[in-house]
Amino acid sequence: MSSSAPSDVALIRAEIRRRKRRDLWFGALGVLALALALLTVVTLFINMLIDGWARLTPEFFTSFPSRRAGQAGILSAWVGSLLVMLVTASVAVPLGVAAGIWLEEYAPKHWLTDIIEININNLAGVPSIIYGLLALGLFVYTFGLGQSIRTAGLTLALLILPMIIVATREAIRGIPQSIREGAYALGATRWQMVRHHILPYSMPGIFTGVIIGMARAIGETAPIITIGALTFIAFLPPAPLVGTPPFVNFEWLSAPFTVMPIQIFNWTSRPEAAFQQNAAAASVILVAMTLMMNGLAIWLRYRLRKNLKW
Amino acid sequence: MDPSRGAISELPIKAEVRNFNFHYGEFHALKDVTMPLCERKVTALIGPSGCGKSTLLRSFNRMHDLYAGNRYGGEIILHPDQTNLLDPRVDPIEVRMRLSMVFQKPNPFPKSIYENVIYGQRVRGVTKRSVLDDKAEEALRAAALWGEVKHRLHDMAFALSGGQQQRLCIARALATDPEVLLFDEPTSALDPIVTASIEELIHQLKEKVTILIVTHNMQQAARVSDFTAYMYLGELIEFGYTEEIFIKPRDKRTEDYITGRFG
Ligand SMILES: Nc1ncnc2c1ncn2[C@@H]1O[C@H](COP(=O)(O)OP(=O)(O)OP(=O)(O)O)[C@@H](O)[C@H]1O
Ligand SMILES: [Mg+2]
Repeated sequence: MSSSAPSDVALIRAEIRRRKRRDLWFGALGVLALALALLTVVTLFINMLIDGWARLTPEFFTSFPSRRAGQAGILSAWVGSLLVMLVTASVAVPLGVAAGIWLEEYAPKHWLTDIIEININNLAGVPSIIYGLLALGLFVYTFGLGQSIRTAGLTLALLILPMIIVATREAIRGIPQSIREGAYALGATRWQMVRHHILPYSMPGIFTGVIIGMARAIGETAPIITIGALTFIAFLPPAPLVGTPPFVNFEWLSAPFTVMPIQIFNWTSRPEAAFQQNAAAASVILVAMTLMMNGLAIWLRYRLRKNLKW
Repeated sequence: MDPSRGAISELPIKAEVRNFNFHYGEFHALKDVTMPLCERKVTALIGPSGCGKSTLLRSFNRMHDLYAGNRYGGEIILHPDQTNLLDPRVDPIEVRMRLSMVFQKPNPFPKSIYENVIYGQRVRGVTKRSVLDDKAEEALRAAALWGEVKHRLHDMAFALSGGQQQRLCIARALATDPEVLLFDEPTSALDPIVTASIEELIHQLKEKVTILIVTHNMQQAARVSDFTAYMYLGELIEFGYTEEIFIKPRDKRTEDYITGRFG
């Protein structure tokens, strides 16, 4: 037996080499696929940056759109986007988180909740224009909310609600059952268990879901066009905070508006090259905003998860 | 017939399991279990894996109510007030406020050591700092952890070693002043030294509380318990003084298990 050992070793080594070659192949393929995907995105972004570079000035942020490309800016667009996002977040986050918690911690597990679960997952895949049509019928015509910031905010809230519900549920499922049992065993009520444990421990996951949802919403164009955002707005909505009591003012909710992607869409449909530059510059800003939100999501998740290891 | 048998029934009883049956869906996991828990004594539940020890233990604090599909019948009477813990009219929260449980795997919350210990007080709505501080110290002392953590009460519980985490969980269970302590294999994940310290702890704790402990370790059962219940396939085969169960078991199955002739 010992005399045959050397040849065995050689065989084993050849075998390992052969298998490792395949390992290498797959590794190379993976890198290639990744490089291709990244390269496309980076090329697009650099292209936009080159086109729009000259327009990325402070005035670009503080000017209203204009018939003259050189004086046009994105003031009404970014303010509009910001306010719409504010409405979206304040509606979608509490609703989505509450729905997610209810489904995970409260709902009895039977066929009805199964159907709800399947449909929430399906909703996340519905094309956004469908939400626009729904919103047009419901918010604009039925409820008479007008073609306003609140309609846009509500529409996008509907759009990202399933994402937030799904993210919330995923985050909650990551919490071990032993934590729940530990809390209940000490006499906690269900709400105390949710309030003291489920909510705080699922926060990182929920945050991430919310920010990724918002990043998606901020770039949405189709549903916003459907509900009738204006493409040319040369004024700002009434300020939400005012100098006299009660210091808050909700008139902005019913103001007409535009948002970043619509401003971009509007400029790209103009024949003049100067407007194309504006579109490129605005796109760079929109992409940068989205990337920043995603970056924030990753950072937050990292920060908040540090204390949660099970 | 058996004189010691008569003696048990004359001891002060803290709780009594009567004709208890338990079903996981269609599976009949516990069959007509009847046994007492003597006051301020340690009762050990032993038996081969899957015989229903955890199921019985978790019935005491109504853990099974958290999951759909579990059915049970019979009574667990808590003395002196004769409350039937299993009565649907008795709120499981009330039951869990009177009986504390320590789980097999340490399960501290991802919070500070301090917040872990006083969690039972928090859910009871206690907010006064001095009360909470006193409770925390008292419970950590009782769980023989105070010396190790008194300077780092606000560190995360996960920073503790496994044995310290388990003692933290014991402290957490003690901080609610339970009448009965339920332990489900509390030392199965710990080394012999920590195990010895926890056994010592159990020995001290029985001055104040009634203890029911599930264990796989025969020596542990022999060391810490006053009474032993041997379970097999969902049935309570034998219950009695630990010395009697270990020295002269009456049932052949108990004897086989204790002498290790059993898988
Ligand atoms: N959630 C459940 N659903 C269905 N059957 C279960 C469930 N939990 C336990 N059982 C079954 O009930 C029986 C008793 O389980 P139990 O956990 O009480 O055993 P145990 O004596 O604690 O075992 P171990 O020593 O391995 O912890 C086993 O046959 C087990 O398969
Ligand atoms: Mg068990």
